[in-house]
Amino acid sequence: MSKKMNTVVSVLIVASILIILNVLVMLRVIDEYASQVLTIAGINVIIALGLNLISGFTGQLALGHAGFMAVGAYTTAALMMKLHLPTLVAVFGGALMSAFFGFLIGLPTLRLRGDYLAIVTLGFGEIIRVLMINLPELTGGPAGLKGIPTFTTNFFWRPVLSFALVYLTMTLVVVLLNNLLNSSHGAAIISIREDEIAANAMGINVFYYKIFAFTLSAFIGGLGGALYAPFFGYLSPNMFNFQKSVEFLIIVVLGGMGNLTGTVVAGIGLTYLQEILRFLKDYRLVIYPIILIIVMIFQPSGIMGLFGNKEFSLTRFVGKLAGKQLSGEQSSDKAGEVQ
Amino acid sequence: MDFLQQFCQQTLNGLSLGSIYALLALGYTMVYGIVKLINFAHGDILMVGAFVSYFVLKQWGITPVTLMLSFLPAMLFCLTMGVLIEKICYKPLRNQPRINALITAIGVSFLLENGARVLPFIGPNPRVYPTLPVVNYKFFGINISQVQILVFVVAIGLMLLLNYIINFTKIGKAMQAVSFDKGAAALMGINVDRIISFTFVLGSSLGAAAGILFASAYPQIEPYMGIMPGMKAFIAAVFGGIGSIPGAVLGGFILGVAETLTKGFLSSQLADAIAFGLLILILVVKPSGLLGKPMGEKV
Repeated sequence: MSKKMNTVVSVLIVASILIILNVLVMLRVIDEYASQVLTIAGINVIIALGLNLISGFTGQLALGHAGFMAVGAYTTAALMMKLHLPTLVAVFGGALMSAFFGFLIGLPTLRLRGDYLAIVTLGFGEIIRVLMINLPELTGGPAGLKGIPTFTTNFFWRPVLSFALVYLTMTLVVVLLNNLLNSSHGAAIISIREDEIAANAMGINVFYYKIFAFTLSAFIGGLGGALYAPFFGYLSPNMFNFQKSVEFLIIVVLGGMGNLTGTVVAGIGLTYLQEILRFLKDYRLVIYPIILIIVMIFQPSGIMGLFGNKEFSLTRFVGKLAGKQLSGEQSSDKAGEVQ
Repeated sequence: MDFLQQFCQQTLNGLSLGSIYALLALGYTMVYGIVKLINFAHGDILMVGAFVSYFVLKQWGITPVTLMLSFLPAMLFCLTMGVLIEKICYKPLRNQPRINALITAIGVSFLLENGARVLPFIGPNPRVYPTLPVVNYKFFGINISQVQILVFVVAIGLMLLLNYIINFTKIGKAMQAVSFDKGAAALMGINVDRIISFTFVLGSSLGAAAGILFASAYPQIEPYMGIMPGMKAFIAAVFGGIGSIPGAVLGGFILGVAETLTKGFLSSQLADAIAFGLLILILVVKPSGLLGKPMGEKV
């Protein structure tokens, strides 16, 4: 089978998985509770993918993705409630606003080498939260913002539509990031993580690529938040505290920094784990940091490090299956090159 | 005259707050100077120190003598903790990419905060820290309280002690050598591991002292109390030039004064934001900080 065929088959497989899952949600085989948890997991995965781009692939630790999520969510809510824009336009607007904030923060901090981004983004997350509390006419203040229009008011379609939109966005983000990282831009970004000085010496504009990666990362973080607003219908500043930023970091670290597959798996896994561990109450709060420390010390490449840190590639998988059927050695060799 | 009086009053309050930031910033700057790590858990050492002295004071009752004596157990407890954290969590990561150690430091910080929160004898609710009765002295219309005098005396005393240790003792000179060039220092026969541990000893005991002073000045303690002072102290360290000890002290005072002046003349909501504003400003204008030396990277 040719590369093109592999890609076509892969797209079909992804599409059919999405459709099947949606039908399952629609038929309530996946009940409303489970679909809600899965939708939240999808949003977490989207934001963690954004974080992985800057922290995992570019090697710059960012600690304020809850802040970008908040910017995306509140902007979307404001666009929908004040300007009555259609949902999808508002979601896009929210993500753009978040990217703008990312750009602004990145300008002074990414010029520098070192860990300044971590502390500045941390401060940004906190300041955004304080701003949200102190701008009651836009954000509802500390009590939160109620009555955000949801994707649909229809009781039956609401979980289906939320689920479909979030997972479609997630798929698009994965495809976007995968293609980006396999392009020359991606190679430049990864070279910064590996050795900034050497990258600079090779003529890579380090500052430009850092800003590019961080702005895109903020865009994706904002996108997750933007989807969160019409999905939940309610926002409060305390949803976006530092704890939340660290949750995204834990997803990235556990999945493996610089691995997209790991982020998806860990994001869905951890969100489910959080639900399962509810009976532990506050003790959950202790388990997370312990996971973080233990993974960092003993398995710094995360769960995907156990599988050789490779990305799961559907086209390659399809290629292998096809190769087996055709018993063609040459075809499986060829397919190995396709990501 | 009224404005001037208020200005002086706020500056005095700021210097008192700033000396607490300075104590904490010293811990950040020393650790950064030696292992190139932002020790996120350092702010939580402040919280631990405050809680240790809280329990000690509850046992002994509050008098000026017990308050001074409570520094001892708090500092001992925190320095043990600091050394253990370094040995268990940071040492295995010393040769890994810096981002790994940074993430571990965040993990440790969360572990301390949330650990304190779930411990049954601490819990999430704020507690009132025992304080001495308030006594105010008046000079030229400016109030200075007993607590502020305590803060100044203890903070400046500890800074002088630290200055002595770093500049006039053998181990202090070894610290300077390690921060200058770890490899060369090891070749000269300096036990680098021991120096790193000693740095954490110094930093954590200063952090514990800062915790007691902070709790005396703002007598309410809870598990998350260390986050904000910790962050501001780190900013103070960057502002003064990270790695530079006089810089950390200067940065701490500047940050403290900026904060109280903002609170007094602009708005109390902005007071937390001003620290980050200063951080962005210094990163744009002079990234190496006020007293820091610009460091070229070696290949």
